[in-house]
Amino acid sequence: MTEQPFLSVTGLTKHFKPAAFSRGPVVRAIEDVSFEVPRGKVVGLVGESGSGKTTIGRSVLRLVEPTAGTVLVDGVDMTKLSARELRQQRSRMQYIFQDPFASLSPRMTIGQILMEGLEIQGVEPRETRVARAKAALAAVELPADAFDRYAHEFSGGQRQRIGIARALALEPELIVADEPVSALDVSIQAQIINLLRDLQLRLGLTMLFISHDLAVVEYICDTVIVLYLGRIMEIAPAETLYANPRHPYTRALLSAIPEPIPGRTSQRQVLVGDIPSPANPPSGCVFRTRCPLAIEACAGAVPGLETVGTEHRSACIRNAEIAAGAIS
Amino acid sequence: MMPEPILDIQDLRTVFRIGGRDIAAVSDLELSIAPGETVALVGESGSGKSVTSLSVMGLLPKKVGRIASGTIRFRGKSGVTNDLAQMDGESLRRIRGNDIGMVFQEPMTSLNPVYTVGEQIAEPIRIHLGRSHKQAAEDAVKLLADVGIPDPARRARQYPHELSGGMRQRATIAMALACDPALLIADEPTTALDVTIQAQILELLAKVQAERGMAMLFVTHNLGVVAEIADRVAVMYAGRIVETGPVDQVFAHPRHPYTKGLLRSVPRLGEATALKRAGTPLPTIAGSVPSLANLPQGCSFAPRCPYAIDACAVAVPALVDAGEGQLSRCIRWQEL
Ligand SMILES: Nc1ncnc2c1ncn2[C@@H]1O[C@H](COP(=O)(O)OP(=O)(O)O)[C@@H](O)[C@H]1O
Ligand SMILES: Nc1ncnc2c1ncn2[C@@H]1O[C@H](COP(=O)(O)OP(=O)(O)O)[C@@H](O)[C@H]1O
Ligand code: SF4
Ligand SMILES: [Mg+2]
Ligand SMILES: [Mg+2]
Repeated sequence: MTEQPFLSVTGLTKHFKPAAFSRGPVVRAIEDVSFEVPRGKVVGLVGESGSGKTTIGRSVLRLVEPTAGTVLVDGVDMTKLSARELRQQRSRMQYIFQDPFASLSPRMTIGQILMEGLEIQGVEPRETRVARAKAALAAVELPADAFDRYAHEFSGGQRQRIGIARALALEPELIVADEPVSALDVSIQAQIINLLRDLQLRLGLTMLFISHDLAVVEYICDTVIVLYLGRIMEIAPAETLYANPRHPYTRALLSAIPEPIPGRTSQRQVLVGDIPSPANPPSGCVFRTRCPLAIEACAGAVPGLETVGTEHRSACIRNAEIAAGAIS
Repeated sequence: MMPEPILDIQDLRTVFRIGGRDIAAVSDLELSIAPGETVALVGESGSGKSVTSLSVMGLLPKKVGRIASGTIRFRGKSGVTNDLAQMDGESLRRIRGNDIGMVFQEPMTSLNPVYTVGEQIAEPIRIHLGRSHKQAAEDAVKLLADVGIPDPARRARQYPHELSGGMRQRATIAMALACDPALLIADEPTTALDVTIQAQILELLAKVQAERGMAMLFVTHNLGVVAEIADRVAVMYAGRIVETGPVDQVFAHPRHPYTKGLLRSVPRLGEATALKRAGTPLPTIAGSVPSLANLPQGCSFAPRCPYAIDACAVAVPALVDAGEGQLSRCIRWQEL
């Protein structure tokens, strides 16, 4: 591959310091996270709550200031930009939120909501803004009369369509979608994923798709990254991750997802204990306190992401034994 | 012969007073649970699952919500059967926490932040079972151990905020079990939890349910969770049960188009890749849930139903016997 990735994250680290004069501990939200998203591809960030997904997503747009590391968007280092340059660069990206209810103003019509960003970007004249807003509504398959109505008149799924339309109207190249279907009912989740997939392919969008649910990302993602306590455990093409998961955490996560399959007496492996606090993560492999395969050496050094297959990497010191099928 | 049910709901209709008008959140609801059985109530948000469980517990919001008609016959630990729909607030309070244990989605609904976990579990033991302070405190520690809380004596002295979400939910389960209830009502008890913690709590609930031979009404929007925990399932849509039957039977051969559509919408691990390669969209149910204030004529699912015909809009279909212990509220169930 010769083309440079559209998004390139290297050594990204974020430690949240306690507010001035308060005692609290430093929260190690993300540690040394590196990955790439080729132009026009979708990469999924998956992990349980507190694993650092939102912090990574927000760091990409520099909505949080990283403690260390770089974020290159189309070759431009986001962490080095002046305020003006940052505004310019950010106009190429959009963030879609989980909660379609909280993110839409109740006092504005859908048309006003869709045109607000265009006005801030200085899109003139008004007719152009109206046309782009209406095109965005059509793209998310909402009726044209939605333009003059208010958010409360729409269902959860429709509001998420409005959230997507608002992002699309700005013609972004990169979209960070942060749990965009987590608040929706299952039949509506599939509608929204189909829509996002369709738009992404049609418009050639580059996307970072965040979800706590491994089952939801398979269809839309080209590559999936599994996070635990702020670190990447495994990264693989979607089809590989589900067919041949390597990391003990990925395997546990897949096994924990209940499926409505008749007669399936769950041979599931239930992880013991709680997720440790990111203020005080375990030494060595952060997963070792719950890992069914942990050995003494796991408490030593942090395991590196090793290549275990084609574009497939896993951070476990027992990779070789797992690959040989000696342990599972 | 099925054993005499412990809970038997007939023709329940629960309404909310909104803008001077009664809106039915639950209609024509029939549901029974045998001793030791787990029945899941499943459906998308707003389908009336929580209103059904609040009706049973006598916890509908005062003034706004009320049971308009129907019976909720419940047999308590003493063997006496009462109609909960007719009982006054004081009698219902005696049943709740004693004969019926409750677990909610948000553990803090049940836990008081200013008392220690131990004190809160001991309280119903003193009130309902008349044990001494000392005895109840010892029982509380034992219950915490039963629900898998490590170092239970120390945890009993802690406040809810000192526990993780999963541990708090374990503590509310301990509280619900304190008086050895005949029925446990759990309303989305794992929805707020991470999936690995959800697996722990489901395992725990199945274990305590089997050990105690307790009946359970398990409310959830998650069909996968239903498969894990329940013997029978009732699927709700727009305030009505549209299909009910043994879980394996319903999931293998759904006899209602809504159940069928819902099952198809659940993403199956490892299957999306093939769809993606073929350029096939994920299966969905078109449209969205209708407003209860403005339900369509006839079958409420008709506007979204791929099987709908003119006859569907005539009258609300009855819940009919579809064999194998299944009931379906669809006039075309035989063609599914
Ligand atoms: N502004 C903040 N201040 C302090 N801690 C934070 C802040 N934002 C996030 N965190 C902490 O960082 C960790 C990762 O959070 P987040 O990125 O939101 O995870 P996720 O999106 O995977 O649930 C969590 O422990 C969270 O509490
Ligand atoms: N406090 C309330 N006031 C008015 N209407 C309510 C109230 N609680 C519930 N409802 C109505 O009852 C319907 C069913 O709600 P609920 O049983 O909570 O749904 P769910 O299946 O998600 O648990 C809701 O769509 C709403 O219209
Ligand atoms: S490194 Fe050790 S603790 Fe971490 S996943 Fe591998 S076996 Fe488990
Ligand atoms: Mg998040
Ligand atoms: Mg509910």
